Amino acid sequence: MNGRRALQRGESPWLRWCLIGLALGFMLLFLVLPLLAVFTEALRMGVGAYFDALRDPYAMAAIRLTLLVAAITVPLSLVFGVAAAWAVAKFEFWGKSFLTTLIDLPFSVSPVVAGLIYVLVFGAQGWFGPWLDERGIQIIFAVPGIVLATLFITFPFIARELIPLMQAQGTEEEQAALVLGASGLQTFWRVTLPNIKWGLIYGVILTNARAMGEFGAVSVVSGHIRGLTNTMPLHVEVLYNEFQSVAAFAVASLLALLALVTLVIKTVAEWRIEREMQTLAELAPERPSSPPVYTPRTHAS
Amino acid sequence: MTTASIDLPAPEAAPPRRAQRRVLPGFHLALGYTVFYMSLIVLIPLAALILKTLSMSWADFWNAVTTPRVLASFRLSFGAAFLAALVNAFMGLLVAWVLVRYSFPGKKVVDALVDLPFALPTAVAGIALTAILAGNGWIGQFFEPFGIQLAFNPTGVVIALIFVGLPFVVRTVQPVLQEAEKELEEAAQCLGATRWQIFWRVIFPTILPALLTGFAMAFARGVGEFGSVIFIAGNIPMVSEIAPLVIIGRLEAFDYLGATAVASVMLLFSFIMLLAINSLQAWQRRRAGDSA
Repeated sequence: MNGRRALQRGESPWLRWCLIGLALGFMLLFLVLPLLAVFTEALRMGVGAYFDALRDPYAMAAIRLTLLVAAITVPLSLVFGVAAAWAVAKFEFWGKSFLTTLIDLPFSVSPVVAGLIYVLVFGAQGWFGPWLDERGIQIIFAVPGIVLATLFITFPFIARELIPLMQAQGTEEEQAALVLGASGLQTFWRVTLPNIKWGLIYGVILTNARAMGEFGAVSVVSGHIRGLTNTMPLHVEVLYNEFQSVAAFAVASLLALLALVTLVIKTVAEWRIEREMQTLAELAPERPSSPPVYTPRTHAS
Repeated sequence: MTTASIDLPAPEAAPPRRAQRRVLPGFHLALGYTVFYMSLIVLIPLAALILKTLSMSWADFWNAVTTPRVLASFRLSFGAAFLAALVNAFMGLLVAWVLVRYSFPGKKVVDALVDLPFALPTAVAGIALTAILAGNGWIGQFFEPFGIQLAFNPTGVVIALIFVGLPFVVRTVQPVLQEAEKELEEAAQCLGATRWQIFWRVIFPTILPALLTGFAMAFARGVGEFGSVIFIAGNIPMVSEIAPLVIIGRLEAFDYLGATAVASVMLLFSFIMLLAINSLQAWQRRRAGDSA
């Protein structure tokens, strides 16, 4: 921060406060107001109506389904993310950058297209449709389809979070553990895992937020059967289209709370990661001359 | 399951000088599982879309994606996403600049809030924005008397996409701005450059690759966006119907081929944007490497 004073002199205070005001005004209009609107609309008819809306059996069913889908998809995405990050960050192999690009692919695919591809594979007219139908297995317009679409949407988050972190940490610590006689699994549990703990938490919390909040992809495969295949975001849509504004915003407010909790945990995790990366840079002068700058890439499509 | 093989050779093919890296265990297991899971969840289903498209004749495909309604939806999706990304490039740069260069009370909270559009489910954002911008909403009421409608038309689509895309630009520009060498700016200042010249000649070239990356990400996301848009768009065919909604409309009419055709155009666009973003990021890394 040695150049800071000279720079602060750069813009006149007048211009500086203008820019700050413009940026904050923009954020107030585009980010804060929508957030406030969710809670205001939800409580428009008072606290009683708010809780009544949440106690509705269909709302409860939607909440249960959303929790179930997250409980299945988050661990699966977690295992994939750790495996992919281990392979990509700790080893060199041919086709690595191609593989990394493929991991990013679901970020840039429209959620509706993500839903459609599962209809084409498992739907009544799809590849496995007749085969599944004979055996009475339903995937599309049922919970398995919702899980699959959510797996697609949440696919890259944890890997994208862990890869830069594990790359920056290198392999010296794991090698030392192995030389000292630790098994592969011990090395992972006692050396790698503590090192990537905060990156992992960060990835899991974002994956969870996406899993619970996904709308487009799930909407295509769900079939919108009330009480059976409506997740919370889909239930919000149904209520909203039936002009049950308070109930829609009440369910939406739970998702907004989830978003706020996600942001808080994310901020803490980011702060911890940054601190660990700094220690890493200070402790190891023999590592590549310019310590890799940690830039969270989680959302990069 | 033959499609499960992507072009990865046996791991033994790695250059021998990296052999010492193989000291770590679990490479085959980790890579094997990664490729297996990726094939199952991503590659095979995407292949289904591509094969389904290839099963159509060119004429059928062309007719399916060039009906006036589809073309109008493409114009809206691409146009609105482009406009929103453009607004975000300016406002995102401004927000990133303010967050990196200035200090003001509540800065940490503002910084955390930038990620809200990532964390807030799109459907929630959609109904919240609609509530604000509708004729009787907090903001909409000020425009209503002038006959300006913010919701249920293409304007609403652009506003929703600005909300969705903002973090992409801020989060790609912010770290680059943070790392930018202030010595260069000071040197320029000592040599008599004005603040404006310094911005355009010194700072802007440094952050340009990141800014373009953020723009491309916001654009790509905007074209495919669904949840936050459909509530505010009004979804009038030919006017405010986005391309993803056309896909859903055709699916609901059991027109699987028609839906697939439109989806394959969007998928092709996704591939192109992914390549563009990758090369922009490579450019950015080279730029960072040069100045280090």
